[in-house]
Amino acid sequence: MSIKTLTIDGRMVTGAAGESIFDVAWNNGIRIPRLCHVGGISDVGACRLCLVEIEGWPKLAAACLTPVEEGMVVRTQTERLRRHRKLIVELLLAERNHVCSVCVQNGHCELQDLAAELGVDHVRVYYRFPRLGVDMSHERFGLDHNRCILCTRCVRVCDEVEGAHTWDVAGRGVNCMIVADMGEPWGNSETCTSCGKCVQVCPTGALFEKGKTVGEMYKDRRFLKYIVTAREKRQWIR
Amino acid sequence: MDPVNRKIRLATVWLGGCSGCHMSFLDMDERLLELAQRVELLASPFTDYKDFPEVDITLVEGAVANEEHLEQIRLIRRRTRILVAFGDCAVTGNVTALRNVFPVEEVLARAFQETATPVVGVPRGNPAVPRLLERARPIHEVVQVDYFLQGCPPSGPEIYEFLMALIEGRQPEIARKKFG
Ligand code: SF4
Repeated sequence: MSIKTLTIDGRMVTGAAGESIFDVAWNNGIRIPRLCHVGGISDVGACRLCLVEIEGWPKLAAACLTPVEEGMVVRTQTERLRRHRKLIVELLLAERNHVCSVCVQNGHCELQDLAAELGVDHVRVYYRFPRLGVDMSHERFGLDHNRCILCTRCVRVCDEVEGAHTWDVAGRGVNCMIVADMGEPWGNSETCTSCGKCVQVCPTGALFEKGKTVGEMYKDRRFLKYIVTAREKRQWIR
Repeated sequence: MDPVNRKIRLATVWLGGCSGCHMSFLDMDERLLELAQRVELLASPFTDYKDFPEVDITLVEGAVANEEHLEQIRLIRRRTRILVAFGDCAVTGNVTALRNVFPVEEVLARAFQETATPVVGVPRGNPAVPRLLERARPIHEVVQVDYFLQGCPPSGPEIYEFLMALIEGRQPEIARKKFG
């Protein structure tokens, strides 16, 4: 396995060829923000929060999709990146209806936490207030499109780990929506195994367990590491 | 009165909100007495006033939801040195803005016809009942806001820390672990 040596935020670090800047940074305790990445499933670069500066590159790069290269000089925490990230979070909050005070995820939401971390104290763009539905047709879970940030973690975990591929993305731009099967109500889905993996990886209050009210939804994705380790090492160990 | 050591002139107003932020204000409990040493409360839902006074600090609870709020907030801005969006409805629209996904007509029909007993109909053309704006809006969409104090509601201690910082001319630093 070939090893690459590079500099991230002034620190000399090493990673394996093919590893992403994101993974190498986190392995070295350099926390790059993210909402769509989740360890154990593929990366898509949907949220753009992990954008970093690479010396000599004309554009910003998504750290989760950029493999490390020998001699790279990466910066993850510049003022420009902080500004972009802050605006991205504000755009996410304005895009759909995030009413934290009455949300199942209030208090343990990745979007809410990241907003606070980036110093968002109000949203500088106009809120859109789209009229979106809540799919409560599934026996055990609910999908609230108002809280969805289209990170597609649910789509990927369902396809890559559960192997069901119930979820997908339909529509373009502002009409983009997460759909079950071919746009069926979730409860009618013939592929869904009701395993709940999508619920546990969802960073916001978009996917939740029925019966949970304001602030009661906690997500636990430790199962993912367990399964991925088993797959990669052929051992069911924690 | 001594213009240097005079008390800070404070106002609090209640626009489109549930008054929870004001309840939280009262939750400062005995610290209200400390606060009273430092400020003069010139206008608030707890006091009686006709014309909004010139003040140093105004805490604004609630979203701008109707035409009266719109008029009030513009006047308040002109007469306030430091304007604070006080609580989530003022900062984001929050619960007051839940209705924004529906057209005003639908909202009115829901409140005054579909769910009302007895049904007297939607109040129209009555100058005592301010018209709803098409959308309830966070106050910074309407006027310049100097500080944002988040929370639904912000806690008593948070309000106290925040006001004390402003009174003492410091930058308020309310460490929040989450947005809203
Ligand atoms: S999903 Fe998160 S950011 Fe959105 S309303 Fe719920 S708690 Fe707030």
